[in-house]
Amino acid sequence: MKFPIYMDNHATTAVDPAVLQEMLPYFTEKFGNAASRNHSFGWDAEKAVDRARGQIARLIRADSKEIIFTSGATESDNLALKGVVEMYKEKGNHIITTVTEHKAILDTAKRLEKEGVSVTYLAVSKEGAVDPDDLRKAITDRTILISIMMANNEIGTVHPVQEIGRLAKERGVLFHCDATQGVGKIPVDVQAMGIDLMSFSAHKIYGPKGVGALYVRKKNPRVRLAPIIDGGGHERGMRSGTLNVPGIVGFGKACELCEQVMPQESVRLSAMRDRLSEGIIKQLDEVYPNGHPTQRLPHNLNLSFAYVEGESLLMGLKEIALSSGSACTTATLEPSYVLRALGVGNDLAHSSLRFGLGRFNTEEEIEYVVDRVVETVKRLREMSPLYEMAKEGIDLKTVQWTQH
Amino acid sequence: MSYSDKVIDHYNNPRNIGSLDKNAPEVGTGIVGAPECGDVMKLQLKVKDGVIEDAKFKTFGCGSAIASSSLATEWLRGKSIDEALTIKNTDIVEELSLPPVKIHCSVLAEDAIKAAIADYKKKNGLA
Repeated sequence: MKFPIYMDNHATTAVDPAVLQEMLPYFTEKFGNAASRNHSFGWDAEKAVDRARGQIARLIRADSKEIIFTSGATESDNLALKGVVEMYKEKGNHIITTVTEHKAILDTAKRLEKEGVSVTYLAVSKEGAVDPDDLRKAITDRTILISIMMANNEIGTVHPVQEIGRLAKERGVLFHCDATQGVGKIPVDVQAMGIDLMSFSAHKIYGPKGVGALYVRKKNPRVRLAPIIDGGGHERGMRSGTLNVPGIVGFGKACELCEQVMPQESVRLSAMRDRLSEGIIKQLDEVYPNGHPTQRLPHNLNLSFAYVEGESLLMGLKEIALSSGSACTTATLEPSYVLRALGVGNDLAHSSLRFGLGRFNTEEEIEYVVDRVVETVKRLREMSPLYEMAKEGIDLKTVQWTQH
Repeated sequence: MSYSDKVIDHYNNPRNIGSLDKNAPEVGTGIVGAPECGDVMKLQLKVKDGVIEDAKFKTFGCGSAIASSSLATEWLRGKSIDEALTIKNTDIVEELSLPPVKIHCSVLAEDAIKAAIADYKKKNGLA
């Protein structure tokens, strides 16, 4: 086994060796600018980019002309929201999203609110899923965009995307989906799902960091966007700037690999995830899984361990890369807003661990991690005044805690 | 964010984990913080002839919180009550090299010391 063990694949993934191989020629041999129309360096780069567009489009069942390259899903999210709001402002100024979106959506929505756009943040169930009925009730004749993620990066819950798409179409509202955690992990079909705009990035699917895409529908309806970056009119005027050719080549290859391995990989990962979960839960009491029990990503597991704080857990598991919803792990000292949106109390939010399995994890690693997690939780519970009080039969909810 | 060696040491080898009899008259117990905040410290001290003979702690919190309370129990042993009241959170910050974002852990430890002493005094009819 190699240490440290990496189980934080929602944060980022290792570049697949086959992807890296594909990218290398584009750094020192075929290093042309894809917009150089007059020599073979440019033509070769352009050809590589077009090929990647095709590979990417195939994975999501789109047309290659509908792929716009960006620096990542954060930029794609910004472009989708700001670009639609600007372009369709005569039609309306209301957008609908959810409380559990990634900050790239939430912070963009907040900025748009400051500029006069009205935003509805739909609540989610205690399992993290949005209710299409809530969406139906929220749509007005001023609504121009619905932005709801495909799958949540913290708790793995997958939203009812097809229903959302159908509802959006019925009411003539554009549907943007931040699919960063879904593409390459679960089947995505922008036609069947009624998606009009979709953000995703390479570094979550074993491709390089620094490159992402925005799918922009060309037919039924034709979506138009105001650019947020000016300067030369690349990507049909929607996103200026020299293309990151090696990154794009890597992105394309990563998508092609996902298309090939996804069926087996998702079965393998969900079996490993289940073994991890069962192994831990059967050896410890008061462990609470977060997120939907069935409508979830195959490789995600998010557990709260009562009476034990997340950062101290991570410290005890220092040879394993994981993350936590604890406030102590964030720069702002706020506990996970996603867990809070589920109605999980702050105490359990502070006690959560997120496992994100990936292509390079092994069975051996799963067994090792189960043992280490159980051992560390037990040790920290022996050190926990809350565990002691709970074992004495004290109901912690009735205790008067001091302010601090 | 990486930890100072001292914080890691206290985490791996915490000093004085455990509990004293909270009903004993010579024991003072302080419980500070809240599960909501992700930080709860229970600190207990046993006093004999005005001197802290033993101190124990249990903490729900991050590595820095555990280290701060562990260090506090280490410092308390052998001190008189008045000396114990002079322990400042800034001393803890310095000893453990706590970064700014973790300073509140040391404040909570100082609060825990004061709460334990206040409890002891109350039980024994002292000012």
